[in-house]
Amino acid sequence: MRPSAVRLLNILVPVKRTVDYAVKIRVNPDQKGVDLNVKHSMNPFDEIAVEEAVRLRERLKDEVKSIKVVTIGPTKAAETLRTALAIGADSAIHIEVPESAPAPEPLGVAKALRAVIEREKEGVDLVIMGKQAIDDDAGQTGQMLAGLMDWAQATFASKLVVDPKKKEAEVTREIDGGLQELKCRLPLVVTTDLRLNEPRYASLPNIMKAKKKPIEKLTPAELGVDLKPILETIKVTEPPKRVGGGKVENVDQLIAKLKEAGITPVKS
Amino acid sequence: MFLSRQLARRVYSRSHRRWAHSPVAALSGLNTVTEEDLAHFSKILPSSAILSTLTPSATPPAELEPFNNDWMNKYHGRSTTVLKPRTTQEVSEIVKWCNQRRIGIVPQGGNTGLVGGSVPVRDELILSLANMSKIRSFDDVSGILVADAGCILQSLSDFLVSHHHIVPLDLGAKGSCQIGGNVSTNAGGLRLLRYGSLHGTVLGLEVVLPDGTILDQLTSLRKDNTGYDLKQLFIGAEGTLGVVTGVSILAAPAPQASNNVMLALPKFENVLPLFKETKRQLSEILSAFEFMDRTVYDLAVKHGQGRALDPADVEGADCFVLVETSGGKREHDEEKLNSLLESLMEADEPLINTGVLATSPAQFSALWAIREGLTEAVSKEGKAYKYDISVPLHKFKEVVDRTKEQLRQKGLLHDDAVKHVVGYGHVGDGNLHLNVVAAAYTPEIEAALEPFVYELVASYKGSISAEHGIGVMKTHALQYSKSPTSIEWMKKIKALFDPNGIMNPGKVLP
Repeated sequence: MRPSAVRLLNILVPVKRTVDYAVKIRVNPDQKGVDLNVKHSMNPFDEIAVEEAVRLRERLKDEVKSIKVVTIGPTKAAETLRTALAIGADSAIHIEVPESAPAPEPLGVAKALRAVIEREKEGVDLVIMGKQAIDDDAGQTGQMLAGLMDWAQATFASKLVVDPKKKEAEVTREIDGGLQELKCRLPLVVTTDLRLNEPRYASLPNIMKAKKKPIEKLTPAELGVDLKPILETIKVTEPPKRVGGGKVENVDQLIAKLKEAGITPVKS
Repeated sequence: MFLSRQLARRVYSRSHRRWAHSPVAALSGLNTVTEEDLAHFSKILPSSAILSTLTPSATPPAELEPFNNDWMNKYHGRSTTVLKPRTTQEVSEIVKWCNQRRIGIVPQGGNTGLVGGSVPVRDELILSLANMSKIRSFDDVSGILVADAGCILQSLSDFLVSHHHIVPLDLGAKGSCQIGGNVSTNAGGLRLLRYGSLHGTVLGLEVVLPDGTILDQLTSLRKDNTGYDLKQLFIGAEGTLGVVTGVSILAAPAPQASNNVMLALPKFENVLPLFKETKRQLSEILSAFEFMDRTVYDLAVKHGQGRALDPADVEGADCFVLVETSGGKREHDEEKLNSLLESLMEADEPLINTGVLATSPAQFSALWAIREGLTEAVSKEGKAYKYDISVPLHKFKEVVDRTKEQLRQKGLLHDDAVKHVVGYGHVGDGNLHLNVVAAAYTPEIEAALEPFVYELVASYKGSISAEHGIGVMKTHALQYSKSPTSIEWMKKIKALFDPNGIMNPGKVLP
């Protein structure tokens, strides 16, 4: 049997457990943060990342060797990993930090991910991650990781096509003016945008299989990474409350009010 | 000015009289709205609260269409005048005048009813509660909410969210239906399994009686056993005994955790054992158990309702069940739910093929959107004949199959007549929504279905209207579910409250 010259893809998908996007955010009385005693779930962009990895395997089949998910968080964050495993990831790494620890910052996360990648015996060819987390909206981790690893990066991806034989990927990016198409060499960091895909429902057989998939536990110390924040949050406030408008009875009143506000009609 | 003169009888075209007898009889003693009436109403209401094709209002008839036609576009009224009072006092004065003038009134909420109860039979005055939309009070210790009848259900829901409570009823029409209408029709919906019916959760009502008297029983007391419970008469009376203007209702604490799962079943016979097992294992956290057959699921997907399941997951599925849990502690609920799902998947003879569990609020809503979108999908597919029935659970499939067979025998089961016969509904409450989707409403199809469906339901000792009410659609069918004695006493009560027969004439009673 001819040995395959093609390098099979090892995909890493970092995920984050964040405040659920449907929750109404309330600023804490000390104005240093928001109320975290609310429902949490996987960062929506990370769900899209996991889904994309699984779809890549459905398209490329055996050419995708492994899909590994990783998260940094307290004990509860393991549920996020189980959800990812239920969507179709093979195994997971849980970098556990105490519940009381401050949230890690993008640079810290990127360094931790670099340590994880360097630890992987089989190596990592493709990192797919959310373009930003909906709690801090930083949008920096993917870019920092690519810089630290000296890898190519394709951010805000709305389409991803990978050719493992050529070790290349074609990524369509959503930018202000429209869409940009890039050709990148692997290894590559891709960050996902909303229109990349719609995550599937977790099916019951997969949820049950996920319970048996391995989750490796690590600490930041074991990775040789310090996650202490280097930024200090000075103040968090809510946006100014919207001042109400008024209701009018009919069109004539509307015209009168517009005139009062100094809006003059323009002859067409 | 009070004028009593004979109005020229307008002859209405009798093109498609589907409800020949009772409504015509009910309307025979009533008068139509005249310009003099309009002048009187103009003294009570500002011009913005009056829509009339009569002068001086001179509204174009097209603007009255949303009020004159029901949601399914099956029932068409020909009212010239819509009034939109802003206070209970205004409602009282309008009703008093109409009682003296013997003008028929159709109280109208969101006009989302499915039995033609919210639109005029002929040209009765439409009394819309849309302008009475204030929330009067909320007590977050007792959970008692007091609101105007015209409050839209969704806006009550939104208001209660910040107070960590929910309205004890929920239905697909929540973006348009009003609480007064819900009460008047004793709406059931998706949460009845858990929170019970409006007969239990409504604590008090403010009603304007047919002679204009305001009956204020808007208590905010959880318990009050002082005399006859009059409000129960108005709950479900469909506006025939009075106009509901205010509602006091017991809101439920918002669940801390909600989950849902859509299960795919290989055959209908598994639904009943699945329901029993689900009730047993989930017990108090079970909050909804909804059934839909494969055909209607496919229609929902076809018309873009919610997000479809993976084709691999629906393969071989004959029907689906949506299960929702609501509880006080997420971990506790998830443990119970996961145990149930594991036991279902690992059973020697599994009741389900597979299922999908929502893992985020977006997916939770997407699964519900499939179920809530079934009604709209059916309406988009064709013209629907809707039969909302209560029959024993194990007869659900039989009802659908026998209806299909009846239509086949009449040669009506093809793309130009009846396209689909589907069933879905609140299995947990024994309530099936049988929908016959036709290319058009025709007398032939109606003759094939009625009284066939009603007789079928009566043979199971079921109800010909589980939650939709009677409206104008089923007045002749009341006899299939209520005895002559019951109907006789209903008529006596109607005559007592409304001797002139002005309140929603032609509806409910034959």
